[in-house]
Amino acid sequence: MRTSSTGRLVTVLLAVLAALLVQVTVLPHFAWEVGGLGVVPDVVLLVVVATALATDTRYGMLTGFFAGLVLDLAPPADHVAGRWALALMAVGYVVGRLAHDNTSDVGRLEADGARRPPLTLVLAAAAGGSFVGTSVFALSGLFLGDSAASVADLLQVALVALVLDVVFALLVVPATYWLFRRLGRERALQGMWA
Amino acid sequence: MAIDTRPIRSSASDGPARRPAPQRDPDDDRGRPSRSLVVALLLACATLMVVDKAGGDGSPVETVRQGVGEVVGPIQAGVATVVRPVSDLPDTFRTNDALRQQVRELEADNAAQAQQLAKSGYDDARLRQLDGLRQLAGDVGYALVPARVIAIGAAQNFSSTVTIDAGSDSGLHPDMTVVAAAGLVGRITSVTSHTATVLLIIDDTSNVGGRIGTNLELGFVRGTGALGTDDRLEMELVDRNVVPKVGQEIVTWGSRNGAPYVAGVPIGKVVKVYESLRETSYRAVITPGVDFTALDLVGVVVPSGTSGHVIEADGSMR
Repeated sequence: MRTSSTGRLVTVLLAVLAALLVQVTVLPHFAWEVGGLGVVPDVVLLVVVATALATDTRYGMLTGFFAGLVLDLAPPADHVAGRWALALMAVGYVVGRLAHDNTSDVGRLEADGARRPPLTLVLAAAAGGSFVGTSVFALSGLFLGDSAASVADLLQVALVALVLDVVFALLVVPATYWLFRRLGRERALQGMWA
Repeated sequence: MAIDTRPIRSSASDGPARRPAPQRDPDDDRGRPSRSLVVALLLACATLMVVDKAGGDGSPVETVRQGVGEVVGPIQAGVATVVRPVSDLPDTFRTNDALRQQVRELEADNAAQAQQLAKSGYDDARLRQLDGLRQLAGDVGYALVPARVIAIGAAQNFSSTVTIDAGSDSGLHPDMTVVAAAGLVGRITSVTSHTATVLLIIDDTSNVGGRIGTNLELGFVRGTGALGTDDRLEMELVDRNVVPKVGQEIVTWGSRNGAPYVAGVPIGKVVKVYESLRETSYRAVITPGVDFTALDLVGVVVPSGTSGHVIEADGSMR
C-alpha cells in the first residue's frame, strides 16, 4: 500500500513553500560567508531529495521540476528561468533511481509509517543531490552565459553548499518524512477535512 | 500548479514491456518515470530557458515571475518581520552597555551644541539661510522611499540579488537607484505591488558609470561576482592616461533622467591600482562603502514629490 495521492500533493506543496521561505528569508541571517553573499543550505533541494526517497523516481522528478520552477520564479530570483527546474529535476531523478533501483526500497514510506530511511542513505542522498543540483545549475549558467563566475569559484561554493546540505539533511529529511506520514494517509486526511 | 498525481500504475503499465530488462520484476518499475515524461520535462526546461533568455526584459516569463512575486512577496515580508527580532537578539545583548554609554555622550554633546547655538543670533540667522538653501535643493533633488531587505539570494545562485519590501504601490519601477546610508547598493530589476528585486552592484553583470570624486575622471565600475572577500568592484577609466590613486572616492556619474543610476552617489574607495599591460590602461580595485552582507535598511531614489511614505531631500519625512 502506498500513501494517498492527495495527501502527497498537499505534503509536497507545504514542504516546498516552507522550504522556499526558510531558504530565502530566514537562513540568510545565519549564512556561511564565502566571499560575497552567504552560502545557505538548499532547503528546497533537500525537500526534493526527501520526496524522491519517500515516494518514487517519477514523483521525485515531478516534484523537483515544479519546486525548481518556484525557485526560478519567486523573488529574489533574477536568473534565466528554468535553470533550477532542470537542476532539481535531475536531483529527483538521480536520487530516486539510485535509492530505489539498487536497494530493496529501504527508504520508501510504508503504510504503517514506521519505516525510516537509514542514516547513511539520507546522508549519501543529500550529498549526491546537492552536488548534482548545484553543478547542473552552475553549468547551465556557464552554458547560457548567465553567470560569469569562474569554475574554481563555482567549485568552492558547491563544496561549502554540499557540507551545509549534508548537515541540514539530518533535519529536513526527517521533517519531510514526518509530514508525509502525517498528511500522507487517506485516513488522516479525511480526519483533517472533516 | 498542476502536479500529476494520477496513480503510478497508469503511466508505467506499458513501460516494462518495451524496456530491455527482462530479468527485473515488472513491479519494480512502477515508480520509474516513462521515457516520454523525462523528455517532456527536459524539453519544458529547455523551452523555458530559451524563451526567458531570448525575450530579455519583455519575456513572457517576466509576467509569470511578477505573478509569483505578488503571492510570495507578502509572505516573505511577514516571515522577515518575525525573524528579524530573533536574528537581532545577540546584537542587542552585546551592545546594550555600549548604547547606554553612547546615549550619555550624545546627550552631553547635544546640550553643548544647543548652548552654542543659542549664544549667537548671527549663527541662528545663518542657520535659517542654510535651511532655505537645503529646501531649494530638495525641490530640484530626489526623494527616498525607505525599504527593508526581506530576502537575499543564496550564493549558489551566482547572482547577487535581494528583495525589498516596497514595490509599485510606493511608486517604484524597474531601473531605479537603490542606496544605503553608506552608498550605492544597486538598481531595481523588477517590481511587484509590494516588493522589488534589486540587482546589487557587486553582481558580475552590473556595470555602473563612476567618476573619481576629486578630479571628475570618468570610468566604469564593474562587479566581480560577489566571490572573494575584498575585491568586489573594479573600475576602468575612460582616459587611459589618468592614474587612479589609492584612497580616492568614487561616485556615480549618472545616467539620462536618473535611470538606472542617479549622479553623485558614493560607491566606494580605491584600495589598489593595477596597470593592465594588454589593454594599456589602469584598473582600480574598489572597496564598496556598503556592507553587502549586512544590508538591511535601504532607500530607493524616486522623483521629489512622489506620494506615499518618502524621505525628502531636505530630510523631512512624509
